[in-house]
Amino acid sequence: MTVGAASTDVDLKRRDFLKTGVTLGGGLLISAYIPQWNEASAATLSDPTDPFVPNAFVRIGTDGSVTVIANHSEMGQGVYTSLPMMLAEDLDCDWSKVRVEPAPVAAAYNHSVYGIQMTGGSTTTTSEYERFRKMGAMARLMLIAAAAQSWAVDPQTCHAEKSYVIHAPSGKRASFGSLADAASKQTPPTDIPLKDPKDFTLIGKPIHRLDTPSKTNGTAQFGLDVYVPGMLTAVVARAPVFGGKVVSFNAEKTRAVPGVLNVVQVPSGVAVIATGFWAAKLGREKLDITWDDGPGKDLSSAALRKQYAETSRTPGIVARKVGDPATALASAAKKVTAEYEVPYLAHAMMEPLNTVVDLRDDRCEIWTGTQFETMDRMAAAKVAGLKPEQVTLHTTLLGGGFGRRANPACDFVSEAVAVAKVAKAPVKVVWTREDDIHGGWYRPMWYDHFEAGLDAQGNPVAWTHTIVGQSIMAGTLFEEFGIKNGVDSASVEGAADIIYAIPNIQVDLHSPKSLVPVQWWRSVGHSHTGFSVETFLDEVAHAGGKDPYQLRRILLENQPRMLAVLDLAAKKANWGAPLPPGRARGIAGHFSFDSYVAQVAEISIENDGTLHVHKIVAAVDCGRVINPDTVKAQIEGGIVFGLTAALKTEITLENGRVQQSNFNNYPMVRMFDSPEIEVYIVESNERPTGVGEPGVPPVAPAVANAILALTGKPIRRLPIKPEDLRAA
Amino acid sequence: MISFTVNGKSVSVQDPPSTPLLWVIRDSLKLTGTKYGCGMALCGACTVHIDGEAVRSCVAPVSRAEGKKITTIEGISPDITHPLQEAWIEIEVPQCGYCQSGQIMSAAVLLRENPKPTDEDIDEAMSGNICRCGTYPRIRRAIHRAAEIQAQRSAK
Repeated sequence: MTVGAASTDVDLKRRDFLKTGVTLGGGLLISAYIPQWNEASAATLSDPTDPFVPNAFVRIGTDGSVTVIANHSEMGQGVYTSLPMMLAEDLDCDWSKVRVEPAPVAAAYNHSVYGIQMTGGSTTTTSEYERFRKMGAMARLMLIAAAAQSWAVDPQTCHAEKSYVIHAPSGKRASFGSLADAASKQTPPTDIPLKDPKDFTLIGKPIHRLDTPSKTNGTAQFGLDVYVPGMLTAVVARAPVFGGKVVSFNAEKTRAVPGVLNVVQVPSGVAVIATGFWAAKLGREKLDITWDDGPGKDLSSAALRKQYAETSRTPGIVARKVGDPATALASAAKKVTAEYEVPYLAHAMMEPLNTVVDLRDDRCEIWTGTQFETMDRMAAAKVAGLKPEQVTLHTTLLGGGFGRRANPACDFVSEAVAVAKVAKAPVKVVWTREDDIHGGWYRPMWYDHFEAGLDAQGNPVAWTHTIVGQSIMAGTLFEEFGIKNGVDSASVEGAADIIYAIPNIQVDLHSPKSLVPVQWWRSVGHSHTGFSVETFLDEVAHAGGKDPYQLRRILLENQPRMLAVLDLAAKKANWGAPLPPGRARGIAGHFSFDSYVAQVAEISIENDGTLHVHKIVAAVDCGRVINPDTVKAQIEGGIVFGLTAALKTEITLENGRVQQSNFNNYPMVRMFDSPEIEVYIVESNERPTGVGEPGVPPVAPAVANAILALTGKPIRRLPIKPEDLRAA
Repeated sequence: MISFTVNGKSVSVQDPPSTPLLWVIRDSLKLTGTKYGCGMALCGACTVHIDGEAVRSCVAPVSRAEGKKITTIEGISPDITHPLQEAWIEIEVPQCGYCQSGQIMSAAVLLRENPKPTDEDIDEAMSGNICRCGTYPRIRRAIHRAAEIQAQRSAK
């Protein structure tokens, strides 16, 4: 198993990557106009008649169909609807004519901030809002120009409405489909004004998702559903210990399994290639492999935890310093100290990883559900010995992503190409659930040490926070981008940028190295800082004799947007109103991905320690909302995802082995323990911001804070276990 | 050779009798709506009906299908008009959508046997199906809604 480092030898020059990122981030939509779009659009043409292709993001058929090209992957977050909505808004087309199709890999489709084609960081809407609207407006202006020309009228006297260009003074109308050919001959405009938001007909409305019907009748195609003629199926036996290597293997019994065609060593282990999945899996069970475990054989969560705890009591690299925390702590009327810890976590998307590769001498075709197209294509080309342009990558629907499908080492794609090199036929590499849970690339394990000083009135005047956990960015292409002065921004997000008005703050960081590969996991650093910061704040409130909600209100006096969501959640949850005996509420807020979310949890605990989370009330401010129903769905989903981390899951290691394997010992929140959820959206005209991840961080602390309120016992470790809650 | 019907169509397959029905449905019959999620009957993504009974096809040997009627997600309606499908679309249940075939197949048996399920009935019938995207609150609403649609139709 490769650990972290593999991505450093990907042939993308870091300087170019950064330069591109900066140019596109600061500039305006340049990528949509650069020549690549011709190549890219040509690759996507499937209409029988010549469509109007004004830019890389839309084509209009002579039949009036509007096909929006989505350069971000659909993994449940609804971008295959919200991207078309943004484009259609300024195109003024008939929404019923809109369909969506995944973009091929091309520079035109690069992320407008990150400079590579990818989906992540809850950035699709915020980064594409302007570009997709402009692409729609550009098409509309060209359609209007074509109509005005044929009618010999001033384009300024024409407008578009529901896929028609209309000349109001004469009452003339022409459909977009009938204008497609003439519009193709128009010069693309350079000045592209956008619609006034007061005239929006789609943005802000709860539009039905374009992909939903296909997800109710089995026709939605995920990577695992791709079957190409002559395709074989492979599973790979990977090292049981991170960093382990194959010494030798005996495949005699494997080869005897009907359907097994070949057994070969690949860089990540031993691949069993068969006619179908079942034969491959049976064959793998019969493999006899001698592994060199390497230094990873001694990895142990218990030892790591001890080491992290000790490290957290020593000063790290300073990520933020305000005022003079040491002096303020020393002179504080009261001091509060606490330590928090969270484990490694697997993403456990419902669709296990998989990739189909059809490798030929001079080209390679790949089908996979990925969040990382540019990187995967480059990695595939390198393994195949081809140029990236010789690799065609089809992005399928993703059966969940949560970050795992944006792998910095391109692990699942690189491995599949390596298998294809020996398969001599199209091959699908399938990961089993056990492969997924054992496979590393986890959310890092974290340990946080806090000290706070309170004044005589119980208000926090000093706050120090030392974080211990592996860097995600180190050793990846993003290192230069994400690590400044030794501080990985993903390690301290939600902590170093804490938004509470405390006069003396210090946040510092230790980034121990480990053979356990780590990766972004839905809400990344916020997945631990949301818990630790918000739970410690409640301990501070209790120590100071303050209501946790009222203390937050005081500390948020300069944060009107956070204050508003906090107030809204508190109001909707009836904060302060009496509850039946044995029930309690907890509140938490967190700012992440430029969005503000507050949640109130209502809980009860049985005598045996069984925790019931009855209800979560959430309020969100994510700027201008594209599709309110999608925003609600993302916050609901984030809450359930966060609750699974709060109550259920941990990846632990002993003797270098991961101790979990499937949903029996890596359990998920299920229907019976899923709480009632209410989501309220704050109306806003601010720029749209993230929704995929911000729902996750506040759940665990809201629940932990409710437990503190009910029992007086603080929760300092996730997942919360019944034994932590049993009546003493 | 094992023979059975899938969505009303007779099929015969050559797979070894111990092969899980899931992989016969997917790899041999190329019906890809039925999903692999865990291989241990822990997640419900592979749920199909054998003679009307909800079965986790990832652990059911294909031999069990001999002579039986198998229904997969592709077979519950020809045109997305099953009350559950309509409710799923109305309530906008799916996110990534991967688990939803299994969710609908489990819910279909619940709704047939219990036309007006309570929340507790839903907890019981649906807790074998995992949704990592966390669509549970909407699945619950959609099952209640599908019960209404079903009742309206049978009243006509």
